[in-house]
Amino acid sequence: MTTTTQIPATASALKHKRMEQFEPSVVARKVSVFYGEKQALFDVDLDIGRHEVTALIGPSGCGKSTFLRCLNRMNDTIPICRVTGKISLYGKDIHDPDIDVVHLRARVGMVFQKPNPFPKSIYENVAYGPRIHGLAASKAEMDEIVLTSLDKAGLLGEVKDRLTEPGTGLSGGQQQRLCIARAIAVGPEVILMDEPCSALDPIATAKIEELIDELRENFTIVIVTHSMQQAARVSQRTAFFHLGVLVETGETEDIFTTPKDKRTQDYITGRFG
Amino acid sequence: MSDLAIRNVGMTSAMDATTTNSQRVAAGLKGRYAAERRFKAYGVLAIAFALACLMLLMWTIVSHGYTAFVQTMVRLEITLYPQDIDPDGKRDRDVLSTADYRTPIRQAVADLFPDVQGRSDQRQLDALVSPGAVFLIRDMVMADPSIVGKRVSITIPVSDDLDQLNKGYINPNVAEADRKVSDKQIAWFQRLKDRGLIETNFNTILFTMGDSREPELAGLWGATVGSFFTLAVTIALAFPIAVMTATYLEEFAPKNRWTQLIEVNINNLAAVPSIVFGLLGLAVFLGFFGLPRSAPLVGGMVLALITLPTVIIASRAAFKSVPPSIREAALGLGASRLQTVTDHVLPLAMPGILTGAIIGMAHALGETAPLLMIGMVAFIVDIPGGLTDPATVLPVQVYLWSDSPERAFVERTSAAIMVLLVFLFAMNAVAVLLRRRFERRW
Repeated sequence: MTTTTQIPATASALKHKRMEQFEPSVVARKVSVFYGEKQALFDVDLDIGRHEVTALIGPSGCGKSTFLRCLNRMNDTIPICRVTGKISLYGKDIHDPDIDVVHLRARVGMVFQKPNPFPKSIYENVAYGPRIHGLAASKAEMDEIVLTSLDKAGLLGEVKDRLTEPGTGLSGGQQQRLCIARAIAVGPEVILMDEPCSALDPIATAKIEELIDELRENFTIVIVTHSMQQAARVSQRTAFFHLGVLVETGETEDIFTTPKDKRTQDYITGRFG
Repeated sequence: MSDLAIRNVGMTSAMDATTTNSQRVAAGLKGRYAAERRFKAYGVLAIAFALACLMLLMWTIVSHGYTAFVQTMVRLEITLYPQDIDPDGKRDRDVLSTADYRTPIRQAVADLFPDVQGRSDQRQLDALVSPGAVFLIRDMVMADPSIVGKRVSITIPVSDDLDQLNKGYINPNVAEADRKVSDKQIAWFQRLKDRGLIETNFNTILFTMGDSREPELAGLWGATVGSFFTLAVTIALAFPIAVMTATYLEEFAPKNRWTQLIEVNINNLAAVPSIVFGLLGLAVFLGFFGLPRSAPLVGGMVLALITLPTVIIASRAAFKSVPPSIREAALGLGASRLQTVTDHVLPLAMPGILTGAIIGMAHALGETAPLLMIGMVAFIVDIPGGLTDPATVLPVQVYLWSDSPERAFVERTSAAIMVLLVFLFAMNAVAVLLRRRFERRW
């Protein structure tokens, strides 16, 4: 496992006091993304700490979701999309020919903006991932995986009596937690969350944020968010994107209290965005 | 300065206009609502016109055709003398099947009218009952040879002309030379009626027999079985090919010039006249591959070609209607593209695909022109027993009957149309039911 030998991305990170323990699980170097002729992301260098929550913030269209989707190669599904640069997961390039994209996505799970449970039962929703990857040898093992995943996602108490009911029948917040349970069930190392609370009311949002904080113990989490308060509440590190460029990255506390860049300061004080 | 002045002028004129603007809106309101009412009225008129046309069509068909569902029968006491039918008394099947059943029928009719003398009159008397009655008696004897030598009471169809007379289609008041039945026949028929020997029964022959030159013996069963075999071939070929094509084009194929070209051509094929497909079938399936003529196999292959574009287009629309978030969810979990399609996208697209397939099949069921090209228009009496037997289909049967000169085929043509329409409505109903059932699951 790569540890502190990696050169951190920015000068601000270098100076940081916790730097000795900083242990990146994902390292992105010179990542650029093109949609056809149009370049959406410009030479992004970013380290994502292990078992930390990293928040990607920035105004709409700044490339934060695009960057997130590079990390599990979801951009591969868009035909005109081209990614250059190097992204490594625990030191291994994810674009390496011997990395299988299916395997990569089992290691880097994803939760989307809009809750998108399968139109199947709650149980089936969670069991689908482990089943396609052959993670459970028996029905009992599968039950175990499903129940633990639902438990970790804080949903078990609400749904344990209706596991056979459709997942689409749950409320929005429950659906999103079901999607998180579904992602956890595969046992990923990293979980990517693309504005997971944007379709939810404040109470459901609070529950998800609590959950993210708990999940940090076992998973590396990258979250895209529009809400700076949310970034401040849940993340340890924050990266600010603007017009496809990674402007500044560092400890969340530092970014929000003493931003180095003028653009970051303007954004977090609400002058644009 | 001047810039500011101009802006001020604009402001004041706009403020002056506020009151007049409101008045203008008020003045225009009436006209706008009137236009809306007119537009609605046009819509209602259009629907009313369409409904009226449909009612007229249905009324014409039903009013012409409903009489075909009953058949005028005469009850005869027939004595099956062994010397006529089975002189050796061995009950040999070959002898029984070729025996003379005409004489007993003639005898039975003559017994009812002992006063009729003379060759010409007797011939007219014989023409009262259907010439096909001999086959009914033969089938009875073949089924139960023990009735030979006994006196049996059975009902047999009267001739098609008397049937039409009984149903009121022949006017007895016109000059005798201008109608198909003579004065004497009308009188005899009236005597039979008075003696209570004439019955009008449900026309089972129409639903159990194959085609015939005699209208009273012509049935739709042969064409129905032919339609069934043909459609079975069509669905067996068209459904899997169309679903695979749509799946590949929608879910796997790269979006480039080639796939665009294929897409345009599929849309074009949907617009090609069906008779062109018939000629293709004639040239390729019959001419080149030497497949049998008039066979449901070839008919089904041609109809499959015709329905393929329709089903492909419907299936692609069904795939497009599956939300992309479902694909993302599956891919994000590490499902392969095939797993994404088979586990999630295909099941969600299935109701749309099935609906498209059934609409395509309904279309194929009503198709006539291409089948004429490959010889399914032949006069075929036997019920087809397999995919390569000569057969015809329901719409072609309608076409054949409508072309026949006998008066009795007019009502039968309409009856055949009704049967065809019932099948079409049933198929469309199944499409609606399938859609409801699959979509309601979640």
